[in-house]
Amino acid sequence: MKFAIQINSSPYHNHAWLTAYQFIRAALLEQHEIVRVFFYHEGVYHAFKYATPPDDEINFVKCWSELARDYHIDLVVCISAAQRRGLLHSDEAQRQGKQDNDVADGFRIAGLGQLVEAISLADRFIVFG
Amino acid sequence: MKNYLFVLRKPAHSGAYLQEMLDIMLITAAFDQSVSILWLDDAVFQLKNHQQPEVSGMKDTAAMLQSLSLYDVTELYIETESLQQRGLNTDNLCLPVQTLPRQEIGEFMRGFDVVFAG
Repeated sequence: MKFAIQINSSPYHNHAWLTAYQFIRAALLEQHEIVRVFFYHEGVYHAFKYATPPDDEINFVKCWSELARDYHIDLVVCISAAQRRGLLHSDEAQRQGKQDNDVADGFRIAGLGQLVEAISLADRFIVFG
Repeated sequence: MKNYLFVLRKPAHSGAYLQEMLDIMLITAAFDQSVSILWLDDAVFQLKNHQQPEVSGMKDTAAMLQSLSLYDVTELYIETESLQQRGLNTDNLCLPVQTLPRQEIGEFMRGFDVVFAG
């Protein structure tokens, strides 16, 4: 089965992302397909490259980046939600007269059309958080 | 094409929540998908007429929602009990919405391909 996943809450507001992450891993083990994971609303905080949790805590950025690397999962962050919250890719930062690239490995920034497309391609759409 | 039901449950001024829900609802409509909206719980306040949010530096959510009609989003539903419990009726709202009693909501949701929880 093909799943489209949306994550709406930030890493430290609740553990919805961990439920989503575990669901995705379980679905992949069962040979299901993850069409895309879309980060919206406060969910964009998952993609901040410089989030540095203490060593004895779960590192959400690392979890996502490794998931994207190991399973080729498409992790997409909504561009307008990201810009509101100060998450800019290097191209966009330059355009806005700002510096740096804040986006962690494995994530890409794109528009809401990517969410609509993922839902169209999927058999099931699940919202977390 | 899929039939979408967007379910709104948060009150009028919840950060960027309504603006971002409006963005995805309008984009979905622009992609020629069928869009319906259901307001539940405190979300009914989003539709309340005669807001004065400018006093607090916020936007009038009732005015923001007027853009739905520009995208031909006209399938608008509200839960009867959510309105009644907050002392409101459809005359207090900025858009023509159809009321649905709570006991019919489950069956109503089953009629959609995608229930988009917001």
